Amino acid sequence: MIELQGITKRYGDLLALDDIGFAVRPGRLTGFVGGNGAGKTTAMRILMGVLRADAGQVLLDGHRLDAATRRRFGYMPEERGLYPKMKVVDQLAYLATLHGFDAATGERRARDLLDRLSLAPRAADPVDSLSLGNQQRAQIAAALVHDPSVLVLDEPFSGLDPIAVDVVVSVLAEHARRGVPVLFSSHQLDLVERLCDDLVIIAGGKVQAAGARDDLRARFGTSRYELVASDAGWLRDEPGVEVVELAADQAVFAADEATAQRVLRAALARGPVHRFAYLTPSLAEIFRELMADSQADSQEVPA
Amino acid sequence: MTAVPSAASAPASPSTNRLAVLVAKREILAQVRSRSFWISTGVLLALVLGAIVGSSFFGDVLGKPPKVAAVPQVVEQVEAARLDMVEVPDRAAAEQRLRDRSVGAAVVLGDDGGLLVLGLDSAPTTVAQLLATVPPVGTLDPPRADEGMRMFVALAFGLVFMMAAATYGMTIAQNTVTEKQTRVVEILLSAVPARALFTGKIAGISLLALGQTTALAVVSVVGLTATDRGDLLDQLGAPVVWFVVFFIIGFVLLASMFAAAAALVSRQEDLSAVVQPMVWLIMLPYFAVLFFNGRPTVLTVLSYVPFSAPVGMPVRLFFGDAAVWEPLVSLALLVLTAAVVVAVGARVYQRSVLRMGTRVRLTEVLRAER
Repeated sequence: MIELQGITKRYGDLLALDDIGFAVRPGRLTGFVGGNGAGKTTAMRILMGVLRADAGQVLLDGHRLDAATRRRFGYMPEERGLYPKMKVVDQLAYLATLHGFDAATGERRARDLLDRLSLAPRAADPVDSLSLGNQQRAQIAAALVHDPSVLVLDEPFSGLDPIAVDVVVSVLAEHARRGVPVLFSSHQLDLVERLCDDLVIIAGGKVQAAGARDDLRARFGTSRYELVASDAGWLRDEPGVEVVELAADQAVFAADEATAQRVLRAALARGPVHRFAYLTPSLAEIFRELMADSQADSQEVPA
Repeated sequence: MTAVPSAASAPASPSTNRLAVLVAKREILAQVRSRSFWISTGVLLALVLGAIVGSSFFGDVLGKPPKVAAVPQVVEQVEAARLDMVEVPDRAAAEQRLRDRSVGAAVVLGDDGGLLVLGLDSAPTTVAQLLATVPPVGTLDPPRADEGMRMFVALAFGLVFMMAAATYGMTIAQNTVTEKQTRVVEILLSAVPARALFTGKIAGISLLALGQTTALAVVSVVGLTATDRGDLLDQLGAPVVWFVVFFIIGFVLLASMFAAAAALVSRQEDLSAVVQPMVWLIMLPYFAVLFFNGRPTVLTVLSYVPFSAPVGMPVRLFFGDAAVWEPLVSLALLVLTAAVVVAVGARVYQRSVLRMGTRVRLTEVLRAER
């Protein structure tokens, strides 16, 4: 397990990270979400040791991370970087040898990975001749070629088409299944919601929420229910019910569990019920709520 | 679909030295695989070979005495002067030969019974000099090469050093900035320590520079041998070897400065400003050695200053101006300077290579606590 504890980073007057802490558990995909400039990239760079924190520490299974351990990590930086004139396969094989694989094994691993990411036909092309989407895949391959013990990926899905996203997701999930902690940042909340087991939500340099996706939903969900029945207008007069949306035959309301069950029974007594459902809040809703809170909390923190 | 490669195979991280070797290998391969490298190397070697062969060829045409027509009475003397000669029966025949331009000079008996050297419309002085009786000359000290030769040798060493140092120095600087600009350096540094990257980069490019300089030396030797200038070769042999030795240390010194300076900036556009000092360091000794090669005191100083020693010392050695121990002392000085500069350069590189954006200030990097 990777743990960040009390990480603080200052750029001049700007407090980029303010005492943040969260964990990336093995075998789970952890999504790292936050607005632009929230501090995701800074936190990931500190995790990778590419940037030095002003305070705090990064632990792997309870031990402070050292450079040698970090070298077993796989990293995809925010700004993509590979040698522009070097062939894709050579580049990946080179990175594999830097991680201790012999040349032949390195090349074999590179080719396997390119095959896996549907990039095999471009193996002998220089990186700068690839389309952006393919460069992105090559970059992901660069993070995976040495069979990392931890994966840290900054926006791995940006610029990928839906099919490529699925391919990459399946590769990442496979790593996670083998017990590798995987942390990735993304702006695509629907994607994060679909993929991640755990979530870390950061805003204004602070962790606003962290934990298992379903726990967060439960925690931040406002216990909303949807009722579709022949008539829904009577809900307004039910005690303990706060109506959020109301049309002729459909309503969204907030209530506690017991009240909701009472409402359902009452609705059945009045006529046929077409739908009654507990509404899980979408990640986007949780995110917006948290953003609104954090902005209300600290107006002076720049985005 | 093949499976993701398995976790069981992950090997241990290689040692820093091994990593430096891998980095160096990539640097060399990247250059050797580019067509521009072979074109520029080929052009350079061709130019040097051309200059040697050309100078020998034009030297022959311009400096060689012309063919001579000689009357029987003077044949013996003309032969003694080792001139290219045709024997003609008399002066009239010799003059005829001159007029139809089948010879460049005629040697006949003059009115005073001595030799008379005739030309068509210009005095054939080279022939006359060869026939003249000059008393043997000698010097107390071993003879010194003449001023023209001094200039030529200083120019040759200086030019080779300046060109190679500038070309390969800029290659290192550009590679460093490219790695920063494309951010590949972040990926590399998540795999290797900055020191290994720095060392490997310098080692790789230095080997290439050494290879090219050695190739130049070989081409020069072959050129001089092929054009029968073995005399020059005897004088030049040892200084050339010294030059190569000084060159490699001097180049490592400059290369680490180029790499460190380039690590301060994040864009190619900002590169020229930070490499300016190195460009001066490369050009200044070249011009100094060129202009002051007739002033022994200045040249002696230049042959010890680490930045000009790779040119200054071989030039002094060529003219036999330096005692046996001198190149050793100068080399020791150079090695020491290089060691210090490489250490400082590595520090600057390590501390600035991950700092993107505006130019990193050198003083800030040197002062900063690690």
